Amino acid sequence: MIDPGKLVTESVEPPCDGVRRVRLFGAIVFGIAFGFLLQKGGVGKYNVLVGQLLLQDFTVLKVMLSAILVGMAGVFVLHHFAKANLHIIPTRIAPQGIGGLLFGAGFALIAYCPGTGAAALGQGSWDVLFGMAGLVAGSYLFAEMSGWLDESIGKWGDKGKVLLSDLVPIPRSVFVSGFVILLLAVLFSLDRLTDR
Amino acid sequence: MKWLPIALMEGQTSLLSALDFGVEALDYGGCARSPYLVGAGIGLLSWLTFSLADKTIGASSFYATIAGFCGRIFARKHTDSLAYFQSNPPRIDWGFVFVLSSISGGFLAAWTGGEIRDEWLHPMWVDRFGDSLPLRGGIGFAGGVLMAFGARLAGGCTSGHGISGTLQLNAGSWLTVACMFTGGIITAMLLYTVP
Repeated sequence: MIDPGKLVTESVEPPCDGVRRVRLFGAIVFGIAFGFLLQKGGVGKYNVLVGQLLLQDFTVLKVMLSAILVGMAGVFVLHHFAKANLHIIPTRIAPQGIGGLLFGAGFALIAYCPGTGAAALGQGSWDVLFGMAGLVAGSYLFAEMSGWLDESIGKWGDKGKVLLSDLVPIPRSVFVSGFVILLLAVLFSLDRLTDR
Repeated sequence: MKWLPIALMEGQTSLLSALDFGVEALDYGGCARSPYLVGAGIGLLSWLTFSLADKTIGASSFYATIAGFCGRIFARKHTDSLAYFQSNPPRIDWGFVFVLSSISGGFLAAWTGGEIRDEWLHPMWVDRFGDSLPLRGGIGFAGGVLMAFGARLAGGCTSGHGISGTLQLNAGSWLTVACMFTGGIITAMLLYTVP
């Protein structure tokens, strides 16, 4: 299962008020940076997002894979030196498979996703407001059914916390390094094969 | 519609030219900065949120929090009794402030780049579906409902699973993202081919 970094245990102690305030300030700074980056990357635009789903425009994939590549290399190093916790969401095959498909179908209709929608709102793409209203309604609909869902679909295919590196008998550091190289190769090929 | 292998055999150098939907996403403007640079920036940002704030980048719970607040206004007892809101009581927390701030980040980027759109309908939408605002509103709202339901069922969105989960090699996140793009590609291609 998950082995925390050399010194980090599963979670840190609950923060006091001062720490909470600094963290909220961090949320503002990091949030602004996130929205700024998304907009500059063009992934707040209707045609770029739908273009990805139509396989005409590969900007979304390029942004995501670059983020994963850089994030992965750094976060695992930080984790190794006990500077960061991992935050693993348990693998639950049915809810994640079905949820992912529903999400994708919705993605094609609204054209923005929850994060890029925020950036789209900032740039004045007002059509995102309909989608955002839908996101709020859909969240409530889920909450309405959550008691039942938790007891049924939510439990199907529950595998607990699993990393891809747990599925093969090689050290995690080797796996991460190999994965980073693989992502580089995919990005390089994407760059060669696509116009944008 | 030509299939990819045929297109590649015919010597087309780009994957893009393989499919034809009548509208071309590349005709409507794209990224102001290199997508690789922007992606690397987001990856770097995740180092900071992981190490300094002990948080991951995610967005979908923002909308669930708003749903909880709205529900409390209209039906407080009922909302508080729901399983999801019992384990995730709506409150202004780190993730909420993060997403709220990203709206102003999007504004700053568009403003500095001269890309403020101030429009209700995107030209690509108009070219495909016409200029009816109720149609766009209805489709957008329905999409939002599906998307939020899916995100909550899966436990995250294209940020929470798609970037934060996958970068940790989380098996469930890779599964979720694969399904997101499968569902998205199928639906989008139907949407842009069926008249």
